[in-house]
Amino acid sequence: MSEQNLQQRNQRTLRKLLIWAVAMFGFAFAMVPFYDVICDITGLNGKTSTTASTEGPSQVVEDRTVTVEFITQRGEGVNGDFTSATRRVEVHPGEITLVNFFASNPKSSDIITQSIPSVSPGEAARYLHKTQCFCFDQQSLAAGERKEMPMIFYLDPELPRHRNTLTLSYTIFDVTDRVAATNK
Amino acid sequence: MYDQSQGVNYLNCSRGFWSWFGTLDHKRLGLMYMWSVMGAMLIGGVFAMVMRLELFAPGQQFVDAEAFNQLFTLHGAIMVFLVIIPGVPAALGNFALPLMLGAKDVAFPKLNRLSYHLWVVGALFFVGVLLTTGLDTGWTFYAPYSTLHSQTAVVWATFGAFFLGFSSIFTGINFIATIHKMRPPGMTWFKLPLFCWGLYATAIMQILATPVLGITLLLVGVERMLGVGIFNPALGGDPVLFQHLFWFYSHPAVYIMVLPPLGIISELIATYSRKHIFGYRFIAMSSVAIALVGFIVWGHHMFVSGQSALTSIVFSAITFFVAIPSAIKVFNWVATLYKGSIVMKAPMIYALSVIWLFGIGGMTGLWLTTLQQDIHLHDTYFVVAHFHYVLVSGAVFSMFAAAYYWLPKWSGVMPNKLLGELHFWSSLISVNLLFFPMHFVGLAGMPRRYADYALQFADYNFWISIGGFWFGLSQLLFLAVCVLCAMKKGEKAPARSWEGAEGLEWEVPSPAPFHTYDTPPVVK
Repeated sequence: MSEQNLQQRNQRTLRKLLIWAVAMFGFAFAMVPFYDVICDITGLNGKTSTTASTEGPSQVVEDRTVTVEFITQRGEGVNGDFTSATRRVEVHPGEITLVNFFASNPKSSDIITQSIPSVSPGEAARYLHKTQCFCFDQQSLAAGERKEMPMIFYLDPELPRHRNTLTLSYTIFDVTDRVAATNK
Repeated sequence: MYDQSQGVNYLNCSRGFWSWFGTLDHKRLGLMYMWSVMGAMLIGGVFAMVMRLELFAPGQQFVDAEAFNQLFTLHGAIMVFLVIIPGVPAALGNFALPLMLGAKDVAFPKLNRLSYHLWVVGALFFVGVLLTTGLDTGWTFYAPYSTLHSQTAVVWATFGAFFLGFSSIFTGINFIATIHKMRPPGMTWFKLPLFCWGLYATAIMQILATPVLGITLLLVGVERMLGVGIFNPALGGDPVLFQHLFWFYSHPAVYIMVLPPLGIISELIATYSRKHIFGYRFIAMSSVAIALVGFIVWGHHMFVSGQSALTSIVFSAITFFVAIPSAIKVFNWVATLYKGSIVMKAPMIYALSVIWLFGIGGMTGLWLTTLQQDIHLHDTYFVVAHFHYVLVSGAVFSMFAAAYYWLPKWSGVMPNKLLGELHFWSSLISVNLLFFPMHFVGLAGMPRRYADYALQFADYNFWISIGGFWFGLSQLLFLAVCVLCAMKKGEKAPARSWEGAEGLEWEVPSPAPFHTYDTPPVVK
């Protein structure tokens, strides 16, 4: 085998292996949007839809009762209250229910907040439909304001039989600086 | 052609800084990697000893909590990215792989030099981190702490790791091409030395997994500097995505750290038992199997990160599967020892201790992959004990074994027997004193990464710290052995430095000449 021949074959191998490495860079990069898509489909990370559901429930399953619990947490930079009117509701799948949430801003300046929902178990996330939610938009809170924020939801009648309790958690974040930065 | 009778070899064929730093010779690059890695290990080791000093007694003595956060972060980051990942493939592999294949060099010497230079650039970034505000995110860079809160030089560190990643990828590419194309006539795949199989399996992971780390750390840097929401939940990102991406790399990285060392053990056990290795094909294929399965077990780092129960069960089950190829190796080593004519030289006693100590690390791994156990043990000292048994008394001890084995070929003199054995016994006792009690305090609930602990852990931590200082100081003996060899103090080594050593690397004189195997040997 001649020297040149070997070099050529080595170069070919190099190119093939580089393609693999570059493809893996691309793969990792693609994972960021792809992860969102996967989570949308499977509800892997408990994220719920960020837009209002337009269709109503097809039916109300009267003979089944599911407990929905609410958790509220304050994220970084929020020092006001953030609570829900009730900690748990018992609903029939398909029944439209309204739950009020409250947020207050004790600061002397206006703030803009964004709440992020998460459902546990993640599998149930896609069976929770919200027709109205304060989390769909950023909520501004004037200095000293206490605000009532409604959330209207229903559970899909298709909710798997073994899920009798789900937990809907909201974390509220202060995004004032961020909004100011993007509007500049 | 150099005249061997004049005593000209790869070490003294040319002189001066550039003849080393700019060299294309795999042996010189391997040696430079070796010294660089040892330098980094010294720094990382000093950080560990300062930690043990603080944990010597409960309460705050020498460093405050914030400094402690930096210490464990830098210890971890340096030991993982600068020491163990390049330690065996780049340092030992560079020197040994072409010689073992009877090739005159790796397939792409210039790429090899670039790998080393990228390692140096990556190391300089870490020096930059040390000289500026340090780093306190843990070596895992978990978001959102790393992207939103940490006030330290996270961006520097991620860029450093990015460069080190490229170094690792290029080394992997080089080794695969070398093993595919540069084998001598007659050396079929199943005559490949087992160390080369280990390097080959590692190279696959370096190419496929390291780019993922590169992108992940780049995203951390981007989120920190530009404030886009990739991992930040307030902006629609998901911090758990970081963990998925990070462990998709870092679990295979664990096998990048241990597969080549296990390959070394396979070589040594056969050599010093004066037998052929038992179950060659099984050992070779078990390396490849571990490499492939390594890509689908990352979720076992995330049992408490809120993934669904089903996902956890699946990851747990696949992780149990890793024990099978690992056990195949151990059983085959033991079968090789059986009725062998065992010679207890320094490399061999290290190899034997690795079977036992790596076994302990592997067994505790099974504890941790059991879901219920892991939820109790997560982020306790039990985990610390587990991965230090695997990485210190598994991978680092294998590096010592390999160093004693190949030092004659590198330097031309035999390593000092007395110092070598003293180093072994001193390290063996102290490493167990250091890490074994960690199992107990971990089981009892002592969490990792804290500068202080509850009073009931005081006695254990006292002894752990004693073990830590002892182990750290023992490594000066290893340094002494290396320096003695570098100074040519010792018995002159023949070409075949160890009786029973069969690889092609022992066919060339010691130290290796500058040009080795200009014409490939024929393997029967």
